[in-house]
Amino acid sequence: MTCLPSSTDKKLGLVIDLDTCVGCHACVVSCKGWNTENYGAPLADQDAYGENPLGTFLNRVHSYEVQPEDSPAQLIHFPKSCLHCDDAPCVTVCPTGASYKRTEDGIVLVNETDCIGCGLCAWACPYGARELDGEEKVMKKCTLCVDRIYNENLPEEDRQPACVRTCPAGARHFGDLGDEESDVSKLVAERGGFDLMPEQGTKPVNKYLPPRPKDEMPEFDVLAPYLEPIASDGKGFVGWLDKALSSLPGGAK
Amino acid sequence: MHPAASVIIFNTFSGLGFGLLFWLGLGALVPTGMSAFIWFTIAYVLAVGGLIASTFHLGHPERAIKAFSQWKTSWLSREGICAVFALIVMAIYAAALVFADTHLALIGIIGGIASLGVVFTTSMIYAQMKTVPRWRHWTTPAMYLLLSIGGGALLSGQIYIAATLFVIGALLQIFAWISGDTRFKASGTTMETATGLGHIGKVRAFEPPHTGTNYLMREFIHQVGRKHADKLRIITIGLAFVLPVILLLLPFNHHIMAIPAVLSHIAGVLTLRWLFFAQAEHVVGLYYGKR
Repeated sequence: MTCLPSSTDKKLGLVIDLDTCVGCHACVVSCKGWNTENYGAPLADQDAYGENPLGTFLNRVHSYEVQPEDSPAQLIHFPKSCLHCDDAPCVTVCPTGASYKRTEDGIVLVNETDCIGCGLCAWACPYGARELDGEEKVMKKCTLCVDRIYNENLPEEDRQPACVRTCPAGARHFGDLGDEESDVSKLVAERGGFDLMPEQGTKPVNKYLPPRPKDEMPEFDVLAPYLEPIASDGKGFVGWLDKALSSLPGGAK
Repeated sequence: MHPAASVIIFNTFSGLGFGLLFWLGLGALVPTGMSAFIWFTIAYVLAVGGLIASTFHLGHPERAIKAFSQWKTSWLSREGICAVFALIVMAIYAAALVFADTHLALIGIIGGIASLGVVFTTSMIYAQMKTVPRWRHWTTPAMYLLLSIGGGALLSGQIYIAATLFVIGALLQIFAWISGDTRFKASGTTMETATGLGHIGKVRAFEPPHTGTNYLMREFIHQVGRKHADKLRIITIGLAFVLPVILLLLPFNHHIMAIPAVLSHIAGVLTLRWLFFAQAEHVVGLYYGKR
């Protein structure tokens, strides 16, 4: 049944540091690579080298400009993948039971042999975490690299999601967000990690860490006194010219 | 939302078909023999034809049988079960009328109500979507039911009931549009809540994740048709409701006027359904700086 479990033993998920992410898209590439070669249907591309390339990705990096009221705009790179929500609306809408949330670790998965490709789960997800594969016609989503994290054939350091393992900036962290003592939970508490679209009521497991406040440069420069604009006092001829021009219709005040 | 032809056809024709089955089941007209065969064939062609069309948007229609399993949580699953139940019950009712000239009134009432149940469960697939604020409102199931009952009344030749339902339908649809126009804003989901960056300042999409389009943008961000929305709304009201009412109430032979009234109504409902999808904005568009 596509009923959600009332609670899960663990809440495995990601913590994404928006302060540290440099927007290199390495996580996008490693995710596409791992998930094309391993678990489930490959992540197909259509017209990959043509005019209108299109493809399935489980992780995409957006970039946003944020304009504070009285300081310069900031550019924030924003990786986005499935948030493995506690109240995952994508799971309950599934008519076949292909979508499910695991009781043991909270990972939301799709059983691809049961998926009819109706797309309703993608409609229900506010985050755009699910994409219908153009070739296999089944719903693809982040598996939290379920075939890596428990895989004893891999060296221990590789038993984490491909995106986390590959991130050169250390902007992605993987762990149990249900355990208050875990490194990721401490990180979230320390840095004020937040949910995306909390008003949608999905209770995401993945958290985002806000960009740290920018340093304020003091208004101090040894050369400043010598670089004062000469006409700022508005005396003499320049002052008269300023007043005269300003008084004309449409003049600057 | 992307207005997929298969889903528009399904919503329009299945709605009419199940509406006709509703009236047939309730005994608004009780044909027997050959006449019953024709009535039920029309209703089944519309209802089943629409259901078949709806499977065209599935990636794996051959697995559709699995969709009957998750009725506890999934409105799509409930719709499938309801449709099969209604069609079987109405088939029994129809067979008794066609072959035995027997009117099984109770079976008919059960089948008729189940037919409306199909329309209601369909509407709830849309009305449940928190991600599409325009749909998440009581007017969505109300309009689905009203269109189905009204269209069924028109097909079954109940002129005054159809005309009354169409007048109510037009007014309710106008209310649904006007109230729907503000619902996205009222939902409180913005680029700021989507990114969680609102505490710093105003958020603007600077660079998308890719140069091309993707499944999400094709499926959820449909902006092209919206610029003609106002004209299409007028066309919808005119074709779906006003023109059929005028044609029905003209003092001519109703059987002749019924054909243009039905055609006009179908064209209007197709436009209405197209608008239902094309105008609906999914919150995921915010991540792309679009709606």
